[in-house]
Amino acid sequence: MQISLVRLHSEKIRPPRALWVPFELGRPLGIPNDPKFQHRVIAAVFDLLKRERGPVLEDYLEEVPDGEAKDRQTTLNGQFCPISSISTRSKDSDLMKAFEAEINHLAPWYEMAVNQRRRTTVGVSELEILEAARFLAAMTESGDPPVPRNDLERGPMLKLCCEDLTSFYGEAISVQPGMKASIAVENWIWGHTILGETMWRIREINLESKDDFMRYHAQRSLVPDRQIHFREENPRVFRSWSLFKK
Amino acid sequence: MLSTAAIQRRGEKLFWRGAVDYRVIPGDIEPNDIVMSHSSVNFDRTGFQQDLNICFPLERLQELVKRGVVGSVGAFHYSVIGGSEPEQLKPAALEIARMLKNDHVDVLFLVPI
Repeated sequence: MQISLVRLHSEKIRPPRALWVPFELGRPLGIPNDPKFQHRVIAAVFDLLKRERGPVLEDYLEEVPDGEAKDRQTTLNGQFCPISSISTRSKDSDLMKAFEAEINHLAPWYEMAVNQRRRTTVGVSELEILEAARFLAAMTESGDPPVPRNDLERGPMLKLCCEDLTSFYGEAISVQPGMKASIAVENWIWGHTILGETMWRIREINLESKDDFMRYHAQRSLVPDRQIHFREENPRVFRSWSLFKK
Repeated sequence: MLSTAAIQRRGEKLFWRGAVDYRVIPGDIEPNDIVMSHSSVNFDRTGFQQDLNICFPLERLQELVKRGVVGSVGAFHYSVIGGSEPEQLKPAALEIARMLKNDHVDVLFLVPI
């Protein structure tokens, strides 16, 4: 038995018992930290076991409540930014200073998130978070910085640093009021943080890379597609930084 | 459970794009020992950051055991990364199926991401 997030896939694959759910990708159980909601989804999947023959494809009709959607709407334009003042001089070294200030500002929120959830998803790069940031900043400055781990090439190291930094930011910001919805967090990271702008800059550089991994990473595995489309259609919504060399 | 979220134990070999192998997640694992290394960025990860059960509902299944709804939860769970051709994933699928049988699993719960 299975949960299905893409109905068309299940129609084609025809698994024995599938329950299509109207939730966003990444949230097959619906709502984080809502055991009752999650149990209702699981009960509906288990109910499919009563069917003697398949394939069965049923629709789960309970949607995620309005609160989450409102959260999305109010933050869609990403007006929220916790950094009140940063250096905007155009020297490269200022990028890392500003990056560090942003991370330090978020650190107490991150610690609160870890204490509250008793877990963190940060750690795939096996680097300290500032070291990961330093590597990203150096990527925009030289494009060819030393790799902090000797068992990885530059491309995979970059991917893991981006993963850890977005996890750190996501965990930190999602403990703040009004920042539970995925789109709110995503819009904030990609539209209103130095991390986001640094990753946009890396994407711009690496789209031209001769390294296959780096080019694929820039094309498909760094910025969510909806952020790419959103930025193309609404360039003025994104905060303008002056931290990068032209 | 079988998850396509490319989750694995912290410190274990990561998933990279096109990986056709699998990771084993023991049933008694602590949530903090699970990380994700999926290559796609086109799905929400903030739910996973807030609550592992959003995509790997191990605690929910354990609660169902306590309530007597299910007899037991498997000793091991499995994780893969999607996106490869089904034929390429077949060897891993057959191996997982064999282990599920040996673990006396009656029902496999597939959870996508």
